[in-house]
Amino acid sequence: MKFDLFKKKNAAAPQEAPAAEAEAAPADAFAKSGIKVESAGHAFKTARTGTEHAAVGADGEEKPVKFKVNELNLYYGKFWALKNIGMEIREKEITAFIGPSGCGKSTFLKTLNRMNDLIPDCKITGEVLIDGVDLYGKVDINTLRKRVGMVFQKPNPFPMSVYDNIAYGPRTHGIRKKAELDEIVERSLRQAAIWDELKDRLKKSALGLSGGQQQRLCIARTLAVEPEVVLMDEPTSALDPISTSKIEELAQDLKKDYTIVIVTHNMQQAARISDKTAFFLLGDLIEYGKTDDVFNRPADKRTEDYITGRFG
Amino acid sequence: MAKELVLREGEVDVSQIVPINRQRVSDKFHAYCKKPGSFTMLILILLATAITLGAVLWILLYTAIQGFANFRFELFAWEHTSSNVSMMPALINTLTIAFFSLIMAGVVGIFAAIFMVEYAKSTNVFVKIVRIAAETLAGIPSIVYGIFGMIFFVRMLGWGNTLLGGAITMAMMIMPLIMRTTEEALKAVPDSFREGSFALGAGKLRTIFRIILPAAVPGIISGIILGLGRVVGETMALVYTAGATLDPAYPSGLMQSGSTLTVYLYALINEGNDFLGEAWAVATVLIILTVIINGLAEFIGNKLKKEY
Repeated sequence: MKFDLFKKKNAAAPQEAPAAEAEAAPADAFAKSGIKVESAGHAFKTARTGTEHAAVGADGEEKPVKFKVNELNLYYGKFWALKNIGMEIREKEITAFIGPSGCGKSTFLKTLNRMNDLIPDCKITGEVLIDGVDLYGKVDINTLRKRVGMVFQKPNPFPMSVYDNIAYGPRTHGIRKKAELDEIVERSLRQAAIWDELKDRLKKSALGLSGGQQQRLCIARTLAVEPEVVLMDEPTSALDPISTSKIEELAQDLKKDYTIVIVTHNMQQAARISDKTAFFLLGDLIEYGKTDDVFNRPADKRTEDYITGRFG
Repeated sequence: MAKELVLREGEVDVSQIVPINRQRVSDKFHAYCKKPGSFTMLILILLATAITLGAVLWILLYTAIQGFANFRFELFAWEHTSSNVSMMPALINTLTIAFFSLIMAGVVGIFAAIFMVEYAKSTNVFVKIVRIAAETLAGIPSIVYGIFGMIFFVRMLGWGNTLLGGAITMAMMIMPLIMRTTEEALKAVPDSFREGSFALGAGKLRTIFRIILPAAVPGIISGIILGLGRVVGETMALVYTAGATLDPAYPSGLMQSGSTLTVYLYALINEGNDFLGEAWAVATVLIILTVIINGLAEFIGNKLKKEY
């Protein structure tokens, strides 16, 4: 591991210089693949110091850091699933994780609210800070998960009414008053842009909703506990295009108040909605930077190959 | 008067349509003529079905006919006398033992299952041992439980024959069954419910009691009803623990002896020809009870079953 680290540091240094020249060529390649990314129109350089991929903007408009991850390693049994990940995730932005199946992006997402703790035989080393506090330190896991909510790949409403689904979280955290719960339910459903569809069927089972409605209900359920961060693990992969676009719009809206981290298999989706994009491959964080740069001027050959569809 | 056809949105009247995808009897006959092997198998399968069905119906109908021939309302009289051997005390004893054994086995079995599924790791050696033990216990002949109950409750504790001793013995007998069915019901609850609950900051206990148990209730209830069926049907284990008497007076407490319906039936038969008619009547009541219990299990299982 040490050796590996050392090698990377050495390899990274000479890459700094030609990065600027390489910018133009991959942009063409990406345009050919049919994915359009609106250019923000400013140069942006990815600071790459070995394992540290910090998205530091040249324009100085960066938002405060929400998560800071240092030398994170994760092992499933003997399998080394995440290798020396280092990155910063900024507040009130959408950060997208892309990469082929099995590259560790979902696994990494789950380290941010300790959902990996549920998996036996999963070992983690390194450091994950949320607002500067080590979330693998002495924190209450339930409080952490209240702050860092999660939406799953497959909509997973509980087998109870729409109302009870939303109220489950607040009730868990001690809110009992009917009026207060009513207000939370309405607010959350409105935030998830599903209030108009569901206001007349709050007492009906949530299992009778369509897949897209269920997923937005799950987003509303997550918002009901007033989290700071919403993690989304391929939230649209089980949905049709119309539901997908609704959820994408929703994510854009939520960005105003929440930090959003989204794992997606859909590169167009990442390009459409995210501010930053991280590309993972075989447990390595290959490239991390502004979405515009990652898609139009990828610094790494493997990123370019992946986004232009040459593999993955 | 013809019933008016009610069509919902997207439905059409299909009564006039002649489908081309239907196999006629003659088609099947021609197909079987070409394959005598399949035809023989078909005959054998039908024969086996007929024998099974016939045997069951024969026993049920024969008992029922004999039972109804000997049926008198006095058999359900409150007072049991030597001239009118009412089965009412035995029925009450059956319900008493069933009630207490189900409470005991239900609580212990369900909590044990929660531990096995939600707390212990599946690779845990202890869990494997418990599971093997439970499976073994479930397969042991009931008279072994009877002997154990007799030695422990009747002799060692010096209780004599008691309803409580019988109920505890029954509880031990059905506890593995309830534990296993509850385990299966809990395992059938999708992990996505657990993840969803944990991701909202809910703890383990809350997740189990608010999300997982409610979702598993249908399976748990059918397990308990199966257990009820076994208690109602049990004879030998109770003969040695709760006692077998032909004269089942109403017990004044759980520390009294008393016969359940099956034990009472056993006692009646032992009397030779004197009470055979009454024995048939009791047997019929037992069959009806069993049908009701099984029907209830099926009904609840289907009614509450949720598609996730």
